Amino acid sequence: MRYNEKELQALSRQPAEMAAELGMRGPKKGSVLKRRLVKLVVNFLFYFRTDEAEPVGALLLERCRVTREEPGTFSISFIEDPERKYHFECSSEEQCQEWMEALRRASYEFMRRSLIFYRNEIRKVTGKDPLEQFGISEEARFQLSGLQA
Amino acid sequence: MAPGFPPGFSIAAMKLNERSLAFYATCDAPVDNAGFLYKKGGRHAAYHRRWFVLRGNMLFYFEDAASREPVGVIILEGCTVELVEAAEEFAFAVRFAGTRARTYVLAAESQAAMEGWVKALSRASFDYLRLVVRELEQQLAAVRSGAGGPALPLPLPLSPTPALPSTPALAPPLPRWPSALPPKENGCAVWSTEATFRPGSEPPPPPPRRRASAPHGPLDLAPFARLHECYGQEIRALRGQWLSSRVQP
Repeated sequence: MRYNEKELQALSRQPAEMAAELGMRGPKKGSVLKRRLVKLVVNFLFYFRTDEAEPVGALLLERCRVTREEPGTFSISFIEDPERKYHFECSSEEQCQEWMEALRRASYEFMRRSLIFYRNEIRKVTGKDPLEQFGISEEARFQLSGLQA
Repeated sequence: MAPGFPPGFSIAAMKLNERSLAFYATCDAPVDNAGFLYKKGGRHAAYHRRWFVLRGNMLFYFEDAASREPVGVIILEGCTVELVEAAEEFAFAVRFAGTRARTYVLAAESQAAMEGWVKALSRASFDYLRLVVRELEQQLAAVRSGAGGPALPLPLPLSPTPALPSTPALAPPLPRWPSALPPKENGCAVWSTEATFRPGSEPPPPPPRRRASAPHGPLDLAPFARLHECYGQEIRALRGQWLSSRVQP
């Protein structure tokens, strides 16, 4: 699949929601743990060799599942192949917890659901649609039908 | 790593979880926009008709509507969406910042389709969505604490948003709507996916039901639909004038 790699690289240089050096193991059988600088920017998780400016790779965090593994370790897998896991080893339980929470909330789809939730709550309290002031109340992407079952 | 390259220099392409991307592209959830668009292959290349699917901040394109896997994807962060001067009718561009950054020139099959796409794409970034969510979060907190009734002044974001730094204004020799028209999300003026709230900037006087960054005049009190129609007519007229006054290259 073609994609705009240069723009993705530029995105990896943007301010991150979270960044840390973690141990990372790829999904292939026999993968070894490697130290990686892991950086969360919008709905992408970038991972760098610790001394390089360009990322080794990126994971789009849509339809992903974040699972606790051994203590201090979590994994990311994707709905269509839940056994294919990217493992991340943290330096503490707290760090592990922090990352898991952040990654669960990192997807566009999660953010969209939050918007719909707040929109409805505000509407319930005030009787008004808060998106009208933005001129986006009719946008398909912010309708209730946009929520997955 | 090939010999002769300085240490730390990697020539491998960046890895991406493409299979997951393909599943995201074709999953059952409702899409944010879909339709045929013509995509220009390169600067001097021909247009190819592709089936485009917008989901979140990802614009996928397929060989046709029945294809099971996308040909490619355009990641929509840090871009602006603009109308362009092109041989093709109903053309618009998705432009990224940076010296050697790519500009994707696309063309719709009708005026309405073009407007729909430009609107949808200019609101597609994660960054934009996050800004709106933060606004609503604060509004909800304000109403719950009993701060006011229905007509709330729009609170500005209290904490600096870790948004993309605003891309420097590109000064392209592209046709733009006359600067007398305020850039409006609902009109045909230039849209931008840049952050519209600039942390630390001066708060404008907060009349109710207004966007903080784009204060409007007395027309703002008119019903929204009528406003939209007003601006639409104005823009159609201006566009007609612009098209007839254009010198052909």
